[in-house]
Amino acid sequence: MTPQQEAAAVVDAVLADLPRHRGVVVDSPPGAGKSTLVVKAAGHIAETGEPLMIVAQTNEQVDDLVERLAAEHPDLGVGRLSASGYITPGRILALPNVSVAGKLPDLGDPAVVIATADKWAWIGDRTWPWAIVDEAYQMRSDKLLRIASLFERSLFVGDPGQLDPFSIVDGDRWAGLSWDPVQSAVSVLLRHNPDLPVHRLPVSWRLPASAAPVVSEAFYPFTGFRAGTGPADRSLEFTVNGMRTPFDLALEEAAGSGWALYELPSRHTVRTDAEAVLATASLATRLLQRSPVAHSERGSHPVTADRIAIGAAHRDQVAAIRAAGVPPEITVDTANRLQGREYDVTIVLHPLSGRRDATAFHLESGRLCVLASRHRHACVVVARAGIPELLDAHPSAEPVQLGVPVKFPDGWEANQAVLAHLSKHRVTPDD
Amino acid sequence: MSALTALARLRAVRDGVAQRITTVRHCHISDQPLVLIPLKLAGEAAAPLAAMVGTDPGHPRLLVVPQPRNRDLRFAFAAGLAEVLLPYIEGFEKSTETVERRGGEPYERCLDAPQILVPNRSAASFTGLLGRSTRFRRAEGPYPVHPSVPLLGRWLTYFADRSQQPGSSVLLAATEALSLHWATGQSGLEDANLAALLGWIDPPPGMSGHRAAEEAEDPLLWPPAGPTTDPGFDNEVLAPAIRAYEEAPTDRAVDRVSQALRTQLDPTWRLMWRAVDLLRSLPEGSRVKDRWEIDRGSFTRFVERIAEGSPPQARRDGAVGAAARLAGLERARASYDVQRAHDDPLLMAEYRLTGEAFAGTVIAADPEHSEGEGRSRKLRPLITVRTGDPVRLTPGTVVGSPDRRGHAAEIVEAVDGEITLKITKGMGRGRTPAPGSVPEPGERVSYTSLIDDFQSSAALPGPEQTPWTHGGPPEEYEPGDDDAQEEWL
Repeated sequence: MTPQQEAAAVVDAVLADLPRHRGVVVDSPPGAGKSTLVVKAAGHIAETGEPLMIVAQTNEQVDDLVERLAAEHPDLGVGRLSASGYITPGRILALPNVSVAGKLPDLGDPAVVIATADKWAWIGDRTWPWAIVDEAYQMRSDKLLRIASLFERSLFVGDPGQLDPFSIVDGDRWAGLSWDPVQSAVSVLLRHNPDLPVHRLPVSWRLPASAAPVVSEAFYPFTGFRAGTGPADRSLEFTVNGMRTPFDLALEEAAGSGWALYELPSRHTVRTDAEAVLATASLATRLLQRSPVAHSERGSHPVTADRIAIGAAHRDQVAAIRAAGVPPEITVDTANRLQGREYDVTIVLHPLSGRRDATAFHLESGRLCVLASRHRHACVVVARAGIPELLDAHPSAEPVQLGVPVKFPDGWEANQAVLAHLSKHRVTPDD
Repeated sequence: MSALTALARLRAVRDGVAQRITTVRHCHISDQPLVLIPLKLAGEAAAPLAAMVGTDPGHPRLLVVPQPRNRDLRFAFAAGLAEVLLPYIEGFEKSTETVERRGGEPYERCLDAPQILVPNRSAASFTGLLGRSTRFRRAEGPYPVHPSVPLLGRWLTYFADRSQQPGSSVLLAATEALSLHWATGQSGLEDANLAALLGWIDPPPGMSGHRAAEEAEDPLLWPPAGPTTDPGFDNEVLAPAIRAYEEAPTDRAVDRVSQALRTQLDPTWRLMWRAVDLLRSLPEGSRVKDRWEIDRGSFTRFVERIAEGSPPQARRDGAVGAAARLAGLERARASYDVQRAHDDPLLMAEYRLTGEAFAGTVIAADPEHSEGEGRSRKLRPLITVRTGDPVRLTPGTVVGSPDRRGHAAEIVEAVDGEITLKITKGMGRGRTPAPGSVPEPGERVSYTSLIDDFQSSAALPGPEQTPWTHGGPPEEYEPGDDDAQEEWL
């Protein structure tokens, strides 16, 4: 089977399962056409004439979905519910079949109503026959608890490899309970309803052939996926010659192989490591100066600043990178906020760079998975040397809780796997 | 560990004495706290061995279980603890105040609430376990206990649960309360040893904190603060005493166990009251009262629950109960962090270091500045502040000021240490700002993005409406004889 056929077969199976079960879960690796599936399923349900509610997690995700729904199904009425502080972006206002309101009655009676999970929690006294919950692995189960009575049947779509939902307080008290409120909505749903069908999208359309096997092996060790394109389908070329600086060498390595590790000398640093921050920002600036052009199955286009992202673990690192001087059109953000986004080239400040301990936060495999799977062409990782040694000195020592299902992948192992691959693409400032 | 705490720890090592990391006290210390030091039997999860308890430093009450493997004796011990604890709690139930609230019925709130102090976090957890093992017991049926035991269990559970609420002071672990205010030259793990921690904070004259902490590690000089006892004491003193009681359960044998345990508890008892004095010597932060008020409200509600005869707290949180508790904890965590920083310039300095706050001098002000025309005209005074802090706030960020309650502003521009702010709240209702509401040039001000604006979450369904995704409605709890048969008790 071609990748296209393989993916289409899964989508058909999902749509066929929808009326047969109370809930259907679809696991989707990065860039596997999750949104496409949501839009397709929405159209499929709307055809039956029954109303549909769609739940996403952030306002950006809702807006993205509204835009795609409106484009794919121009004759479908779409209502977008929003909270009071929300400012409707121009791209949504321009859509003729979309209405925006803070209250359900003000929307008219569209076939599809879409809002964030937080907003849905305030909508009572109506039941929808159908719901689609997007990014369900990023949704905390207590949010699902608040909205589950709104729908009769639901399709849950999400990426199990990305960041787990979190809480600022300690949730150990509930560890092992099947309804643990800090677990993801899907974990809780499946623990109470183990007979629900779980499908997996098998092909990543985003990740290039150079990245799919690495990400699949490190973060999806048992389910796996493959790239929808071959090694020859994607390439990145620079139209301006470099000066053979270490930055140029790193960018050329990334363009040639899809990966580069820009490795600074080993040192324990504060979180906003000035040297690493400067290197990250400089790589981005240099990348633009080299006027890259991306060739892919969709044709060729220059890689402009809006197709580049810089990712880091903490907000203060993001602020520091911004302050170090990055063209404003380049996205600089934390892993949490980059979830679900796609770029041509990403530059990543490694979460463990310069650290002297490997905490659960920094080891969380989802964080690295998000950062390492946003790109269509190449990913440059900036890190201090010594991370494998740090990992060896800090094997995961979290207490084992009774009744908690074992979760894969293990953050420690995933980190080692990615680093092992990156070490083949190492460039240091002395090169 | 934050940069300033790390610095304080280094200074503690250099100077040989713990360093203050706050300028004020962030927890409530009652005028009449009850100190409770529980001990448990080694190798057992919830077998109480002894407790020293009381409100008078000069007259502690010592309770012991001469044979902790005997369950009847354990529950006799619980009845003894209830004799001290319940009258103490009831002492706070009587005097109440009427609280008016907007859009609701006025309600009653106790004027003060009980406060229990235990040595460390393990003692707090053990208090919870003791509550768990006693709250389902009954005065009739199989294995009956004294009627005060299940009531004690519910109160112990209440205190242990409540102690996990950030900012609550109804049950405090002394080591945690002290570490919140002092940084020592030892690790966080070592700080959990009360004697060592107090050695650093308040070393004996002529001795360095480091030396005092080292001395505190000798279990013969400073027996562990519990709940676990020193293994040497267990083997050499306690085991023979218990064996003697086993062979001849006389008053003399009980005395022997009591005397042995008293040697283990007395030093910690004195340490606990020293900790109380040290904490009392700190000036109280301005929002500590607000948080104690919430504690008083929570205490009053629990008193009412018991008076209504509602069942004991469930063994495990149900789906809805867990979500509700999580929402409450998150809300408390967020506002506790904000309140402490606003109360304490030293804590705010941490945020200034990370760029989330800044302090500086006003260099320009336009108090009459407004936005919009006609009816939608809004007063939006502008001020410019010069600061040397590494500010990392982007335009549009909403900020508050620790010096002015109810004051809010928005960052307009931040370049080269000059920050322009637009004041959006706290100027009064007039066409011109209320006097003093807009900082004047030359005034020293501070602002932070750390504001208490936690959005409350939507209502949860009732437990009887738990949806299918979360396992459906739970079975209702029926007290029964099975409760007394629990194997692990």
